[in-house]
Amino acid sequence: MIAETGGMSAQPNPANSVALELRDVVKEYPGGVRALRGVSVDIQTGDRVAVVGPSGSGKTTMLTILGTLERASSGAVTVAGRDVVNASDSDLAGLRAYEIGFVFQGFHLQDGMTALDNVANGMLYMGSPLRERRELAKVALERVGLGERITHRPQQLSGGEKQRVAIARAIAKRPTIILADEPTGNLDSKSGQSVLELLHELASDGATLALITHDDHVAETFPRRLQMRDGELVGDERR
Amino acid sequence: MSVAALRRPGVPRPRRGGRDVARLPPHELFGVALQGLRTRKLRAALSALGIAIGIGAMVAVVGVSASSQANLLATIDNLGTNLLTVTPGTTFFGANEVLPNTSVPMIRAMRNVQRVSAVYSVPNANVFRTPFVPSEETGGIGVDATDPQLVKAMNGTVASGHFFDAASENEPTVVLGAAAAQDLQITSATGHVQLFVGGTWFTVIGILNSMTLDTSLDDNVFVGLPVAQRLFQIEPDPSEIYVRANVNDVSSVSNLLAATADPQNADGVDVSQPSDVLEARAAAKGQFTTLLLGLGAVALLVGAIGIANIMVISVLERRGEIGLRRALGATRRHISSQFLAESALLAVLGGVAGLIFGAIATWIYSIGQNEPWVVPLYALIAAPAAGLAIGAIAGLYPAAKAARLSPTEALRST
Repeated sequence: MIAETGGMSAQPNPANSVALELRDVVKEYPGGVRALRGVSVDIQTGDRVAVVGPSGSGKTTMLTILGTLERASSGAVTVAGRDVVNASDSDLAGLRAYEIGFVFQGFHLQDGMTALDNVANGMLYMGSPLRERRELAKVALERVGLGERITHRPQQLSGGEKQRVAIARAIAKRPTIILADEPTGNLDSKSGQSVLELLHELASDGATLALITHDDHVAETFPRRLQMRDGELVGDERR
Repeated sequence: MSVAALRRPGVPRPRRGGRDVARLPPHELFGVALQGLRTRKLRAALSALGIAIGIGAMVAVVGVSASSQANLLATIDNLGTNLLTVTPGTTFFGANEVLPNTSVPMIRAMRNVQRVSAVYSVPNANVFRTPFVPSEETGGIGVDATDPQLVKAMNGTVASGHFFDAASENEPTVVLGAAAAQDLQITSATGHVQLFVGGTWFTVIGILNSMTLDTSLDDNVFVGLPVAQRLFQIEPDPSEIYVRANVNDVSSVSNLLAATADPQNADGVDVSQPSDVLEARAAAKGQFTTLLLGLGAVALLVGAIGIANIMVISVLERRGEIGLRRALGATRRHISSQFLAESALLAVLGGVAGLIFGAIATWIYSIGQNEPWVVPLYALIAAPAAGLAIGAIAGLYPAAKAARLSPTEALRST
């Protein structure tokens, strides 16, 4: 198992702290398209949140702003306790490298690499040596149930398995936040169900999980659901 | 698993001012660039080929010219730079001057002169295999009278038989220049071969190898001066005098030669140094390469454009990968350096391949021409360095384009 580096983190005690926060966030694209029209939301550390809404409702934009891949046009954004509005490109990259794990609908695995190296590549920008990255990757692949398939290449894996590799890549570095954009969108219902269960299981260890879906059955498995429409937050249900 | 365990990676984090820093050490950057090329081997090979051809052509041009120059310079070193020639000049009205028959003994008496030899034109004698050959078919072969010193003075060598000595120069014997022997189809001086020279039978006693310092001698056959005076009634006025001076006194001897050869008409004497001609020829070979190098540079430019083109296509195709890397923590700078490194690596590989092509081409040429194989030392550094520079320049625009790409837009294109 991986050695804990207690005391290395400058994070506050995660219990009851806000992992993700948006305050009056507006996102306007060139050409005048307003994808977000003043969204405010708090997501606590360890929360599991589904963001639902029809296409074009702004849910992916919200996720990319939370994931610091895009900057808000106005408003305040806090990720893992940090103000990201005024942060530099390299500070945001550091945040993504250490704190955030992404899972995409389209897997985004590199064909020329084994599952192990795809997962190890998820920690490339943390500057740790390849041997250590591979060790962590192996542990992560075992956790998602692909311990036997570490030498397989993406083209030798099923869709569900590819998404598991992508999930392993997202969690191998032990991020505090997992952001998933329609992770079951390209999968059949059975694989989708098992991927969803896996995400819930991984998040139950304490990571914050925000997942975008337009599938109500997927959303129903989450304790908290945010409803988006036309760039606005129109519902916030808790169970 | 505890929350704390989940939140902390198993490796120490590089930090700056309490923040996590995204890093990509140079060896990882190299690995990423190499991986990028390895996943597109054929394309990488084809675009590197453009650079390889350009650099290969340039290395070959430089190598071939260096080999030829090395060969000429080796020849010059071998033959020595201390040979001077004295020839009659032309008068103000265009008529030929005549060197006085005292010139050879006068020069021989000079200080710092090692060896003197002379040839004397025998204008009214022609060479035939038999008396039955029509007299107008001379084959362009001239007859010169000379002394036993000629071969030594010229650093020449005998291919077959021997040159004149004090005895044979008085007898009707003949030594053939290399080209003349070929024209007369005589390959060996053994077996008592006879030639009909100026109406008399002469015995062939030797065949010379080509005289590099004065190849015009190769077309002639040589008879001894006493025989020529006796049989063909020539005046002993030298048509050309060869002077081997002490190596360190070449210029002082050269300055005095004209006045010594003909004290009454020093202006009518031409003095030259045959090695100068060869050195000039070596330099001329260097000049010729400039044009070919220019052509190589054009090939290189085309190769560079090919690399830039392929990298732009690569950026467009790999938007998904770029977006993913940004999501994994790559800064814009990491993305641009990745594409720059790929482009540079591609071109360096092309440069190294070109160096090898060029060296092989030079080697084949040098074997064909029987010359030493020379690839200039600077090419070993310059070829990959040129590749690096070309790749870096060609990669600038694609790298900037990749870095500018919005990660969300990039991730949407799967």
